[in-house]
Amino acid sequence: MLSKLFKFHGGVHLPQHKDVSTQLAVVPATLPQRLILPLSQHIGTPAVPLVKIGQQVLKGEKIARAEGYVSAPVHAPTSGIIEDIGDYPIPHPSGMLDQCIVIKPDGEDKWTDLTAHSGDYKQLNPSELRNIIRSSGIVGLGGAGFPTSIKHCPGPDRKIDTLILNGAECEPYITCDDMLMRDKANEIICGLLISKHALQAKRCVIAIEDNKPQAIESMKNAAKEFADKNIEVVAVPTIYPTGSEKQIIFVITGKEVPKNGLPSHIGVVCQNVGTTAAIYRAINHGEPLISRYVTVSGDVQQPRNLEVLFGTSANDLIEQCGGSIGDIRRLIIGGPMMGFAMQQITIPVTKTTNCILVDSGHSKDLQKKQYAMPCIRCGNCMDVCPINLVPQQLYWFSKAQELERVQEYNIFDCIECGCCDYVCPSHIPLVQYYRFAKSEIWKRDREKKKSDIARERHEFHQFRLEREKAEKAEKLRQKKAALKAKEQSEKTGDIDTGKKQPNAKNAAILAAMERVKAKKSKQKATPKNTDDLTETQKKLIRDVDERRAKQRASSSSTTESNNAPDKEKK
Amino acid sequence: MSLYAPSSPHFHSNNNVTQIMLKVLYALIPGILLYVLIFGFGVVINILLAIITALGCEALMLKMRHRPVAPFLTDGSAILTGVLLALSIPSIAPWWIIVLGTAFAIIIAKHLYGGLGYNPFNPAMVGYAMLLISFPHQMTTWPLPINNISDYLGPIDSFKLIFSDTSHAQLITDAISGATPLDYLKNQLGLAHNVSDIMAGSNIFGVLGGSGWEWISLAFLAGGIWLIKQKITHWHIPGAMLAALAIISTVFYIINPDQYASPVFHIFSGATMLGAFFIATDPVSASTTPRGKIIYGACIGLLIYIIRTWGGYPDAIAFAVLIMNMTAPTIDYYTKPKTYGH
Repeated sequence: MLSKLFKFHGGVHLPQHKDVSTQLAVVPATLPQRLILPLSQHIGTPAVPLVKIGQQVLKGEKIARAEGYVSAPVHAPTSGIIEDIGDYPIPHPSGMLDQCIVIKPDGEDKWTDLTAHSGDYKQLNPSELRNIIRSSGIVGLGGAGFPTSIKHCPGPDRKIDTLILNGAECEPYITCDDMLMRDKANEIICGLLISKHALQAKRCVIAIEDNKPQAIESMKNAAKEFADKNIEVVAVPTIYPTGSEKQIIFVITGKEVPKNGLPSHIGVVCQNVGTTAAIYRAINHGEPLISRYVTVSGDVQQPRNLEVLFGTSANDLIEQCGGSIGDIRRLIIGGPMMGFAMQQITIPVTKTTNCILVDSGHSKDLQKKQYAMPCIRCGNCMDVCPINLVPQQLYWFSKAQELERVQEYNIFDCIECGCCDYVCPSHIPLVQYYRFAKSEIWKRDREKKKSDIARERHEFHQFRLEREKAEKAEKLRQKKAALKAKEQSEKTGDIDTGKKQPNAKNAAILAAMERVKAKKSKQKATPKNTDDLTETQKKLIRDVDERRAKQRASSSSTTESNNAPDKEKK
Repeated sequence: MSLYAPSSPHFHSNNNVTQIMLKVLYALIPGILLYVLIFGFGVVINILLAIITALGCEALMLKMRHRPVAPFLTDGSAILTGVLLALSIPSIAPWWIIVLGTAFAIIIAKHLYGGLGYNPFNPAMVGYAMLLISFPHQMTTWPLPINNISDYLGPIDSFKLIFSDTSHAQLITDAISGATPLDYLKNQLGLAHNVSDIMAGSNIFGVLGGSGWEWISLAFLAGGIWLIKQKITHWHIPGAMLAALAIISTVFYIINPDQYASPVFHIFSGATMLGAFFIATDPVSASTTPRGKIIYGACIGLLIYIIRTWGGYPDAIAFAVLIMNMTAPTIDYYTKPKTYGH
């Protein structure tokens, strides 16, 4: 039993706005006209398409495979025809386009053949479970999208003591995990037992913020049914950002994840409740990850949660919630603290989309920021930083572009939770400054690497030139010595100094000729860059040469003809 | 269609600089009211003069520095500087004292260093130090607490006193003014009297500290506690400063109570409370890390005692704060909190 909870440094109490979207029951969203599926819905290498345009696919069919270790496949969320494979807007803060597979649903929603392991998951060993999880395209649904199979592979030397199920959901407005825990507590517990088995974890803690009494109740009841005394449902205090991995681990275990380390280094794995339910669907029903609960909230007529197929446009979901109240001014994917504002509303829902937040100027809390005043070093930011950084100094050095100092103040430990920004009385966009500093450091690192390579190349070039020069000089010296020795042997006995002079001259001339010869032979010896070419390359060169010859011939004839009148004039 | 797409977070609390400054001003009100009751109306005139001067200088400097005037003029920081300076000088000083001091604080100590947020030294204390060094007579002529209601300096008397010509002012001033308890004690100790005799021999001493001053100190203490409750300021600086002052004065008091005043007297005399909660806590020029704030506050407390006891000035808040302002960046650098996971 958990004896006590721990309190991490800082954090803020935010207006919740959660009740608005929990009034209506969760229903599946209607099948849209088309589904746009980004190949990169996870952290790691984008998936590689397995389908061609025009191909018929069934629901649950793998349409893109994982590429490399840190990657995840993509499955067709419904049956239909592949309409396009190309670049479309994706939910990314930069508003960039990326490769997507577009499916035109046929409306039949026909499943492909599924292999379910509805029997006892305990008959499968951890490695088999991991493989199913991987091939089902399951990634962390909490927001980061890290492939779950990798999380389930902590390595042979790391024993997992605690598996934390993260149901904190600390960002305002978002209620998809809350609703999932109310609706599918049994599935979550089943998934949890599978993960526990795969990780060989000793105990499981389901952590839920105490502002979700119904979810806590539902999870407690479900846990009771399974009668596993190593599973515990814990209500944790509501304070942002409890749902962040590092913070929830601290709240439950009192341990800090070491810098540059993983939770498994301290014997902990942390997993989102949605991910856990997806693991259950994959193992017990053989269903890959193709849909999720999404909260649609903010300035919409009917804020609610929908079960959404990946690839559905945010625009469609807003329409299904009765449309926006007034013109949409801002569309946020995710919560108001860490979500990113999109430049357009036709953005597809992906595996990591937990919330679509609409702002059309009605919500007082979502108002635009005011004029930024200078920092008065009040230290409010430092008081709320959950990582215990010194945000006021980070801001100062980021602004001054003192990138060394920024790193000295551990800027790369910043999780960009936005607490500092939220409390700043001067309304300084602090997180934006930190993002700027981070990307600036990355940019300089890249440039430095590039210039290092260039410098090495140049230095090697210089070295080669020196070496060649030295070699040449050495050869010459040897030749001279040889010549001298020859001369000496020829002129043995001759002591007349007067006769020696012309010989010396001759020798000098000979040496010079020798040098020229050496140079020429050397030039011959150096391979031309045209020596080791393939037939096609040679042909190309021949063609170019021919063209050049022709051009030269024609240009000379034109110059001649041009010159002709001049001559006449003369 | 392109939407408004700023960087996260998209939420913001209602905190703002003006609110902070206003709350600090509210916290000063009980102290000011007692000041008026005990020492007359002069302090109100000084405060008004300081506010007018501060706002005028602030607007002038913002214009000259091509900064937006409205947001900075309404942030309340210039007003606060003026009010703190007005509370630090004798309430019967001639009008040009507060005008000159405030102008110096706003123009030189604040704006020439870059304005709000950039001044390395507490502007009010820079203004005070300049006045004390340049005009020692006006700056050490303090009103005596009013014992008889007929002696009370109302608005008209105070106005006359502050704005009238020198000879006339001199006449009234001599009758109602004198040295502060700290000053008197220092002088008498210099004449080889012992503390208990000095205190018994004059009616300017009260129960806790200086007569009258002790009540004002208690009011500032209450205001300061309210500020901590409101999370405008932290306990670290005032707590450490008062604790350090109490500890060092206790040590010397135990060693020789004839020569050294009691810790209670030090804490409730002069500007100790005003300094602890309202001056040393100025965030711009103070240390900001939790450990740094304790070191910063404690050093101010120690310096106050050292300057009061062995230095040339009877009260020492301004110099102690200004000296520690210089050290704040270094203290911050060496007291960074431990980052999560390090």
